[in-house]
Amino acid sequence: MPDIKVLFFAKAREVAGLSEEAVHLQEDAAHTEALVALLVQRFPSLSSVLQTCVLAVNQEYVQLKDKVPLKQGDEVAIIPPLSGG
Amino acid sequence: MAPAEEPRGDELEQKERELALLKQRMALLEQEVADARRRQQHAAASTTAQDGPPPPRSFACSHSLSKEHVQRYSRHLLLPSFGLSAQERLCQGSVLIVGCGGLGSPAALYLAASGVGTLGLVDHDVVDLSNLHRQIIHTEARVGVHKATSAAQACAALNSLVKVNTHMDGFNPANALEIVRGYDVVLDATDNPTTRYLINDACVVLGKPLVSAAAVGTDGQLTVYNYGEDAPCYRCLFPESPAPENCSRCADAGVLGPVPGAMGVLQAVEVVKLLGGVGDVLAKKLLIFDALAGRFTTVRLRGKRTECVACGLCPSITRENLAAYDYVAFTGQAPTDAAPSLSVLPPSLRVTPQQLQGVMSSAAVSGRAPPAVLDVRPANQFSLMHLPNATHIPFEQLDAKVEEVKDLIRGSKCVECSGGGSAEIGEQRPEAGLYVMCRRGNNSQLAVARLRELGVLNAVDVVGGMENWAKSLDPSMPVI
Ligand SMILES: [Zn+2]
Repeated sequence: MPDIKVLFFAKAREVAGLSEEAVHLQEDAAHTEALVALLVQRFPSLSSVLQTCVLAVNQEYVQLKDKVPLKQGDEVAIIPPLSGG
Repeated sequence: MAPAEEPRGDELEQKERELALLKQRMALLEQEVADARRRQQHAAASTTAQDGPPPPRSFACSHSLSKEHVQRYSRHLLLPSFGLSAQERLCQGSVLIVGCGGLGSPAALYLAASGVGTLGLVDHDVVDLSNLHRQIIHTEARVGVHKATSAAQACAALNSLVKVNTHMDGFNPANALEIVRGYDVVLDATDNPTTRYLINDACVVLGKPLVSAAAVGTDGQLTVYNYGEDAPCYRCLFPESPAPENCSRCADAGVLGPVPGAMGVLQAVEVVKLLGGVGDVLAKKLLIFDALAGRFTTVRLRGKRTECVACGLCPSITRENLAAYDYVAFTGQAPTDAAPSLSVLPPSLRVTPQQLQGVMSSAAVSGRAPPAVLDVRPANQFSLMHLPNATHIPFEQLDAKVEEVKDLIRGSKCVECSGGGSAEIGEQRPEAGLYVMCRRGNNSQLAVARLRELGVLNAVDVVGGMENWAKSLDPSMPVI
């Protein structure tokens, strides 16, 4: 069961109500797709925000539709676009 | 009736307009006087020098910088990693800053100070008091002045060697290419996604690097799009615009003043590197600033997306069709940072602040209980000020607290109020048992609609919220 550290930024932090969350993934579903599904289950209102987010696994860009494998200790950042200034 | 010596609403508005115009004229005059004085000083200096025969030059140099340049930029010239040739390139470069707000303010000041050759400043708005906590290029004296004029004045005062152009009509599909064409680098310092997509596309079709930053709340982002062989563009990273309700705006969500400041300064750093030709430009990397955590994170990005509609293999956005592209339809948002004004309720479920005030005063006169007013704004706004008889339930908690709302209506005598000053309301809406108030009149409508779904049918919304109340009834109210 890999433990993943999820970091929420900006609107994602606001909607999830926290800036960091530890998530345990099942061994047979250790990838970003399963992580996203689990996050939506845990924070339903995150679903629409996630549609336009950038995901980063260990500071490396990943598309939402990608199914990138995750391992113990990986850090996944949820980064919504900012448009203010 | 207002006393005779008080200016009437329309007179006051005219006086305010006059004042804004005068301020604008004053800003322009001040700039002209400063320019003339500078020219005079330059002329005086050269006359003095011409008094005698020019002394023979006792030194050799082969660069384009004058003595004034060398003195002014000496700390750049001393810097081993920057130096003479980078400063020369910077002095010949031109930068367009789209947006003279929280990001554009520090970016413009640092770029003017650093000696960029030409600075273009775009905006369409005038300086407002609520801008000054972060838009530090503007001043109290220039509230009401066009932002591009105000910013140009500050840049000219800081460095008269820099040529400053103002673009006063804002940035839109019709003028985008014409404006961008004249510059080497573009800074995205705007406050809304609609203009961001437009700036991106203009830069892609004209092949200009785009130094882009954004800030909302306590978060900042920075990257350089469309730079080098393979760097992605804004659309590569964000092919879909977020839904309007998922866009955080400084005007709604707030912003910590120095956060856009930090991001704007970093934009200036990237421009100086890019034009000077030093260092690694922040392309294909997204820098994220979390001010509360005190943390900078850099995410490595991928190259261009081959299917990108702007910079991909078969782009559908081109130089020829960009002006006709409907950016407002694409993002679903007007090119401003104001939330769209909703109109979801029929007129029968809406009252003006004046109508509510009428009900309140007639209740007071006849000794009846005041009408029930429900304020659905967030707690921080409610505690700033609220109507004296308002009950506070934040919009997000309506569902959970609907029984409280029903009790509130039962407790008020408002249902019976139909005489005196409130005759109009009484006749039109004898059912108004609850007046729902918010900041600007959007959430109050959504709240009334939601309450109807929850079985509360006699609630009405106060059009335009506290902002409208303050504007039409009580200018002394500290609205935000
Ligand atoms: Zn692209």
